[in-house]
Amino acid sequence: MKPRIVAVLQKEFIHIWRDPYSLLIVFLFPMMMILLYGYAITFDIKYIPLAILDQDRSPASQQLVEKLTSSNYFRITARLQDRRAIEPGFLHRRMSAVLVIPPDFDRRLTSRPETSVQLIMDGANANTAMIAMNYLKSFLTRTTLELNQGLLATPLEIEPRIWYNPDLKSTHFVVPGLIAILMMMICAMLTSLTISRERETGTLEQIFVSPIRPVEIIIGKVAPYILLAFLDAMAILGFSHWVFGVPIRGSLALLVFFMLIYIYASLSLGVFISSRTRTQQAALFAAMLGTLLPSVLLSGFVFPIASMPRVLQWVTYIVPAKYFLIQARGVMLKGVGFDYLYLPTVFLLIFGTLLLAVSVKRFKTNLEG
Amino acid sequence: MKSMDNAYSVEVNDLTKKFGRFVAVDHISFYVQDGEIFGFLGANGAGKTTTIRMLCGLIRPTSGQGRVEGLDIFTQTEAIKQDIGYMSQKFSLYDDLTVEENLVFYGGIYGMPSSELSLACEAVIQRMDLVSQVKKLTRSLPAGWKQRLALSCAILHQPKILFLDEPTGGVDPISRRAFWDAIHQLAEGGTTIFVTTHYMDEAEYCNRLSIMHEGRIIALGSPMELKDRYQQPTVEQVFIDLVKPAKA
Repeated sequence: MKPRIVAVLQKEFIHIWRDPYSLLIVFLFPMMMILLYGYAITFDIKYIPLAILDQDRSPASQQLVEKLTSSNYFRITARLQDRRAIEPGFLHRRMSAVLVIPPDFDRRLTSRPETSVQLIMDGANANTAMIAMNYLKSFLTRTTLELNQGLLATPLEIEPRIWYNPDLKSTHFVVPGLIAILMMMICAMLTSLTISRERETGTLEQIFVSPIRPVEIIIGKVAPYILLAFLDAMAILGFSHWVFGVPIRGSLALLVFFMLIYIYASLSLGVFISSRTRTQQAALFAAMLGTLLPSVLLSGFVFPIASMPRVLQWVTYIVPAKYFLIQARGVMLKGVGFDYLYLPTVFLLIFGTLLLAVSVKRFKTNLEG
Repeated sequence: MKSMDNAYSVEVNDLTKKFGRFVAVDHISFYVQDGEIFGFLGANGAGKTTTIRMLCGLIRPTSGQGRVEGLDIFTQTEAIKQDIGYMSQKFSLYDDLTVEENLVFYGGIYGMPSSELSLACEAVIQRMDLVSQVKKLTRSLPAGWKQRLALSCAILHQPKILFLDEPTGGVDPISRRAFWDAIHQLAEGGTTIFVTTHYMDEAEYCNRLSIMHEGRIIALGSPMELKDRYQQPTVEQVFIDLVKPAKA
């Protein structure tokens, strides 16, 4: 007896194979996202346009400006003569920050225990402003220490060392998150469409009059996508590793294992959505709302979970991407082993199995469902 | 239910289906004998499709009793599914699969073993004259061929009873004729045929007919009996005669 599930599997593979455009999108779309994130959209900030208003014009102030120029974090775009020039400069977006060096800068630097310069920021882009401010702060701390020749010793000094991503490269940090989001999107959308499409075209009705069981339909339909999603994940991983140099410090086998578990959870979510929706449109919409948004916003991909309102923090516990993100960053950037990362795996397994079980249970092989 | 007699392929008593407050099928009773061609005649919305769907286990009846091949349509729907073939009103095969792949799939979901399946496919392809189309994508077939393929898929697992819901909608007269020839052949081979239609000429091909109107069966008998009873030359006239006063 040939298992009925094999018939469904074969048919589903043919569907995938006969639809090269969807296949192309499944593989090209992630690459494009990574290219975009890798090259164009970066959270690193370089060459911040900076204007200088030097009211001191002393050797010390000139030295300070020179040092600023030689760092590639800043680009001196204007030398202002007057405070009144600041506002028009911001309005014309000639600079996003102004460093004001007071008239007695040199004198105070050598005689007083403390010196200050003023930094005026364009807060219209709060994110850039924050980052620029932090760069400048640490830059000034270092430079003034050099300038005052040890006169001004800071009692408590911070010597930052950033582990796992010493250059704070945002591609390293973004790619694991991107893998999480892309996998979720592909898995959930593809599977949610596969059942609702058949509901719409009426082929599901034809299947329902056969003795096939819900579990055979669902597993038969999902399994091919596990393979597809897995190949896709490998392609994304390889691409980001070889093109963008994103490290895989831990075990590749472990990462692959985590990926499979995550794919399983994502596909289950897709099946769950499609077992609850009637039309392809509704399924697609639900998949977008139910997977893409939470994965981007609530997974810790961009916005740290720790700084979210308490209620949202609770919500993040049911976002599968959050768990995979912990694992992917752990293995790829930190080289962490399984003993530190088994809990997310356990959760994803429970999550996936629960959704799958509910979908199979609720999936009736009749038109009443 | 008065009997478990196997001479009846379908036995229905007071079967009713309500969708909310709308009564789609209203206390109908009838039986279908083994091996006969039983026609369900009625306008759109008369309740034909709902009746077929209840018999196939696709929707749950609201009340009444029914048996298909001796199995209860409330409690044994899954067992019934092994014995029946069904062709829905809407063409519902996969456009992106070839003729052969569609056949293999529909045989497969009935759990047919590979060897038996390939023999059955071979036989049905010969019988339905699909040989020249086997490797073609279903999408590219003309409507008449698609219909033939749908019928092929429905009979592949050799069901005892075949439910056909308006099988010839949108098909040219020549193809319709060929289709009915195939139906007759199946019936001669012992398959019970339960067919709905609103083509009056097709009604004449049936052994017995039931005319449905607004959820009720308003007449039942062989085409001959009906024409005699209502003193009309054709089934079409019988139908119009019966439905008109009901509407007025």
